[in-house]
Amino acid sequence: MDFTALRLFLKRLFKRKLVLFAAIVLALVVILAIAAPWVAPFSPTGMKVSQRLRPPSMVNWFGTDEFGRDILSRVIYGGRASLGIGMAVVLASMIAGTTLGLLAGYFRALDNIIMRIVDAMMSLPDILLAIFLVAVLGASAGNVVLALTIVYTPRVTRVVRGSTLVVRELPFVEAAHVLGVSTWRILSVHILLNVASPILVQATFIFAYAVLAEAGLSFLGTGVPPEIPTWGTMIATGQQYADQAVWLVLFPGLAIVFSALSLQLVGDGLRDMLDPKLRKAL
Amino acid sequence: MSDPKLVQIRGLTKHFGKAPALVHAVDDVSFDIARGEVVGLVGESGSGKSTIGRLILRALDLTAGTVEFHGREIGKLSQREIRPFRRRMQMVFQDPFASLNPRLRIKDIIGEALDAHGLAQGAARERRIGELLEIVGLQADHAARFPHEFSGGQRQRVGIARALAVEPDLIVADEPVSALDVSVQAQVLNLLQDLRQRFGMAMLFISHDLDVIELMCDRIVVLYLGRVMEAGPADVVSRHPRHPYTKALLAASPRPDPDARHTRDLLKGDIPSPLSPPSGCVFRTRCPLADAACAKAVPMMRNAGPDHYFACIHATETTSPEHVR
Repeated sequence: MDFTALRLFLKRLFKRKLVLFAAIVLALVVILAIAAPWVAPFSPTGMKVSQRLRPPSMVNWFGTDEFGRDILSRVIYGGRASLGIGMAVVLASMIAGTTLGLLAGYFRALDNIIMRIVDAMMSLPDILLAIFLVAVLGASAGNVVLALTIVYTPRVTRVVRGSTLVVRELPFVEAAHVLGVSTWRILSVHILLNVASPILVQATFIFAYAVLAEAGLSFLGTGVPPEIPTWGTMIATGQQYADQAVWLVLFPGLAIVFSALSLQLVGDGLRDMLDPKLRKAL
Repeated sequence: MSDPKLVQIRGLTKHFGKAPALVHAVDDVSFDIARGEVVGLVGESGSGKSTIGRLILRALDLTAGTVEFHGREIGKLSQREIRPFRRRMQMVFQDPFASLNPRLRIKDIIGEALDAHGLAQGAARERRIGELLEIVGLQADHAARFPHEFSGGQRQRVGIARALAVEPDLIVADEPVSALDVSVQAQVLNLLQDLRQRFGMAMLFISHDLDVIELMCDRIVVLYLGRVMEAGPADVVSRHPRHPYTKALLAASPRPDPDARHTRDLLKGDIPSPLSPPSGCVFRTRCPLADAACAKAVPMMRNAGPDHYFACIHATETTSPEHVR
């Protein structure tokens, strides 16, 4: 993609001010998470018992928790784990779901097998399935990623299969076939390029769901072990003090709301832009 | 030069679907294409024209019959075994918008044909792509563009360049101009004729437009409901049609001469459903000559002159006496 195409793409995407705003919020959250060691005013694990449960002040903008740790620093560091887990889930479920979806959509023999399994998995509530999987696998960041990937892969599979069914019947696929192009190249170039937009849209939504689900799992105690600060674990431990120190849960909660909401809005913007005139837009 | 026939199809049959909804798309079709010959396949929508083209190219699997290409039976080869043959036969598609991948640049669309058969790499590949674009009347520097930057006619030229890239012996052109504006149609037809003279490849030219077929083709095969009604040299079939269906088709085709509008025996009704084709002669439900005998047996091919055949038990001499040039 050359730069004029990219500029046009961004111009159309940000035509809606809300999408632009969401993208800025999202970028801010990501930058803060990446730059955590330089921007966080305190260590996220540095305890000061004398300073415990302090309300927001000029020193501790978001207040301190039950061990006197700076909540702002913990929220910034927590973004690393939360967004990192979300990103890992997105990548893994995109790869797995796209592969399965392409196979199911292109090879009719595989369609029934793959899609019935996908249907069965989608009939289970997301968070319940994730809790079950983490309970079986054991609570660790890696297993949370694995469990959430298993939960979200069927969604991607479904979307990719549907788009593949449409694209495989288009004449340029037949043209490639008649030309003697290998099946692998037809799938990986001709079909994949033309189902990329719905996959991209799905990715932003799954990112948002995964951040939420990770927080939910951690809150329920079946997620990341509590010593790693994530937004979910902060709320989980903070809730005991919520009646006297609401900032313990308020700020990580807001972080979840802002990042999940901005992801959803960017996803909405992408979908609105790519779906209707997908062929002409780029 | 043992056998002048490039393609020989015999008893070609294609059914889609299963028992209660079995569609007889193509039934027992036989004809040949000689080297360098342009054969026109003409018929209404649903007569099986495109299906025959796709069966020859093995984009579809045959139900029955044989396809010989260069004297070798290819009708039953697996998709892997057919791949080397794909270099020798290519297709030009009807819809110039849908037949080019919108996400690929022109050079990748054409280059893919070269890559698939390992025909050129690196700088030679670039050169060849530029050369192909110039052959079809575009410019070499169009290679970096995307399909949507072109008009319908230009896209069709890209499609032709893609088919030419492998230097095929046979091109199946499936309604190559019917999606184009009339002014552009002529340009693309001229291009196809030039290319044929220059490279000498054979063509199976599929169209519902008899005028285009007459202009382009050496021989005509007239299809109705998946069966051959008449086949023969283009000028003979168009001037002295024997089958009532061919006559009706010719009568329906507009003539530029205002005084020539005397024939009014146009066909009534629609082509019957290929789910349950009529018994005997499939054309009998719309045929002015039909009687009880037509329902009994599928008519045999009758010879009407050199290389001229038709499938009708009633058709007699044409109104004008026989003048085969």
